[in-house]
Amino acid sequence: MARASGYYKTGYAQQIALLETRTQKAWLATLALLLVLLPLVAGGFVIDLANQVFLAVIGSVALMLLTGVAGQVSLGHAGLLAAGALTVGVLTRETGAPFWITLPASAIMGAALGIVFGLPSLRLKGLYLGISTLALHFVVTFLGHEYESRRGFSSGVTIDPPRVFGIEIYRPGTWYAVLLAAAVLVVIFALNLLRTRTGRAWRAIHDRDVVAEALGVPVYRAKLSAFVVSSTLTAFAGGLFAYYRGFVATEAFSMFLTIQYVAMVIIGGLGSILGAILGAVFVTLLPYAIEAVVRLVGLEGALSGYVFAINYACFGIAMIFFLAVEPEGLAGIWRRVRDYFLLWPFRATPLARGR
Amino acid sequence: MQLIANIVTLAALYALIASGYVVVYRVSRVLNLAHGEIMMIGAYLLLTTGTIAGGPPALALPLALAASVLTGVAVYVVLMRRMSGEAVFAAVLMTIALGILLRGLATLLWTGQLHHPAQFVGWKNAPVHLPGGAAVSSAAAFTVVATVVVYAALFAALRYTRWGQRLRAVGENPRLAAQRGVAPASAHVIAWALAAFTGGLAGMLLSLDQGLDASVAIVGLKTFPVVLVGGLDSLLGALAGALIVAAAEALAIHYIDPLVSEVAPFLVLIAMLMVRPWGLFGAREEIDRV
Repeated sequence: MARASGYYKTGYAQQIALLETRTQKAWLATLALLLVLLPLVAGGFVIDLANQVFLAVIGSVALMLLTGVAGQVSLGHAGLLAAGALTVGVLTRETGAPFWITLPASAIMGAALGIVFGLPSLRLKGLYLGISTLALHFVVTFLGHEYESRRGFSSGVTIDPPRVFGIEIYRPGTWYAVLLAAAVLVVIFALNLLRTRTGRAWRAIHDRDVVAEALGVPVYRAKLSAFVVSSTLTAFAGGLFAYYRGFVATEAFSMFLTIQYVAMVIIGGLGSILGAILGAVFVTLLPYAIEAVVRLVGLEGALSGYVFAINYACFGIAMIFFLAVEPEGLAGIWRRVRDYFLLWPFRATPLARGR
Repeated sequence: MQLIANIVTLAALYALIASGYVVVYRVSRVLNLAHGEIMMIGAYLLLTTGTIAGGPPALALPLALAASVLTGVAVYVVLMRRMSGEAVFAAVLMTIALGILLRGLATLLWTGQLHHPAQFVGWKNAPVHLPGGAAVSSAAAFTVVATVVVYAALFAALRYTRWGQRLRAVGENPRLAAQRGVAPASAHVIAWALAAFTGGLAGMLLSLDQGLDASVAIVGLKTFPVVLVGGLDSLLGALAGALIVAAAEALAIHYIDPLVSEVAPFLVLIAMLMVRPWGLFGAREEIDRV
């Protein structure tokens, strides 16, 4: 990481600190203040958007740990989200369990699915996880449809808002606080995890698994732990999503949702948690931005049937652009811009580009 | 009897689609996750040539196939060639991006409604009666014939022609092949063209039979188990895998529940991954366990 000058690490506490300089702390405090103040000034629509972004951040951080850090392609992200959401839906419908039972249950469901579908494929090199998670997607959505049609919830399962100490979490403003807290916790968890032995092992198997093994990383266990951690977080996000919407329909968890999450990690920048956050913001807001542009040009009548198609094409083009031209993603762009201003008026690029 | 006919026609469709996965994987080690979309584009191209040329399918079908091959070549030249030096991982992510892009473009160009290309090319799709009281649609019967012809041609070409040898050489060891004067890019572009040809043909025949919308691409995803069961790099395996998966699916429809047939291929896949992950006929050394 580029520092202007005169910055040396002199102790272990500095070595492990997430924030190094006072400027960084000031910026983060500003961001925190803005996030706290946002619900006071913004309308319902903006708050709903922010809540969607927070949910997406949890999911994309989870996928980033698996795909960006450990280097495993997963095509079952929507299936895992569906598993979490359906766990919440089924438990509240059938037993009336409160959220402090259903949310951990959905996380456990995610972990169990991670183990079941990870065990056969993670022993193999290459892309077998992608294929077995594809199977996971179809199995979970099949079970969801079966449950919905057998129990007569053919259009979906409704879920009552959760109650904490007698207060119903129902208003978007309250959800804003809850989801913000959840997203922040997940981000801090991921950042810390990446600095541990486990996180370094994941990076090592991504970069070159033979070397990792020679250095004493148990490759199979590291891959499995990456998948299980990722699927647990994903199912948890799915459970939160179910509560937030108050409604679970298996149809909402299509292959396109998986591709949206893959787009988040690619566009954000593989391997970076900041990238996962930026990608989640970008992908969540892109459809709204497209809609706004279409309305601005005045074509919403002519293009009304094509909104989805335009979204698909834009996602595809954005992913192709970032894969081919800017593999470090939005996080890489952000880093370069920041380094430019840090080093100004000098133009020298720093030798070591830290993450 | 009808059950056997159903299994054979479904297996023929799966095998035709699977050959595209196998050829691209065998030559470039890239699992093409956009194959279903390429198939769908082929079907839409038939819709276009059918609308323009009208007339007998003998004219519209070859035109559409040529256009489909051009699409495959363009995909390779514009996108996949950039990824040839990168990790396979990045190339596979690129095919995901390509898939979603093609899906969007298809809806933009041809609308998302259900089309029936059969009307435009004058395909009657009359049922073909088989001995034993079974009947299949003529598109399905044609699929079986096409699959047999395509596989025979692929086997012969890969084994006996010079270009077939080059494709196999590049697939086996691209560096050594390049050293001996085979340009890997030329082998790759042929593989993509072949995949677009067989995939496009499968998409066209499927849409002649059942109509055409974005769900055609889903059939491409459902063909994954076929390729995996047979072995990713084996054409013979793709045939065997197609028969097994089609049998599982048709038996599930017949004896259990039509809904179960949606997941039956994937259950077969998981079982296969546990027992014999390199597939029935796949090269075993391909897969190192860790």
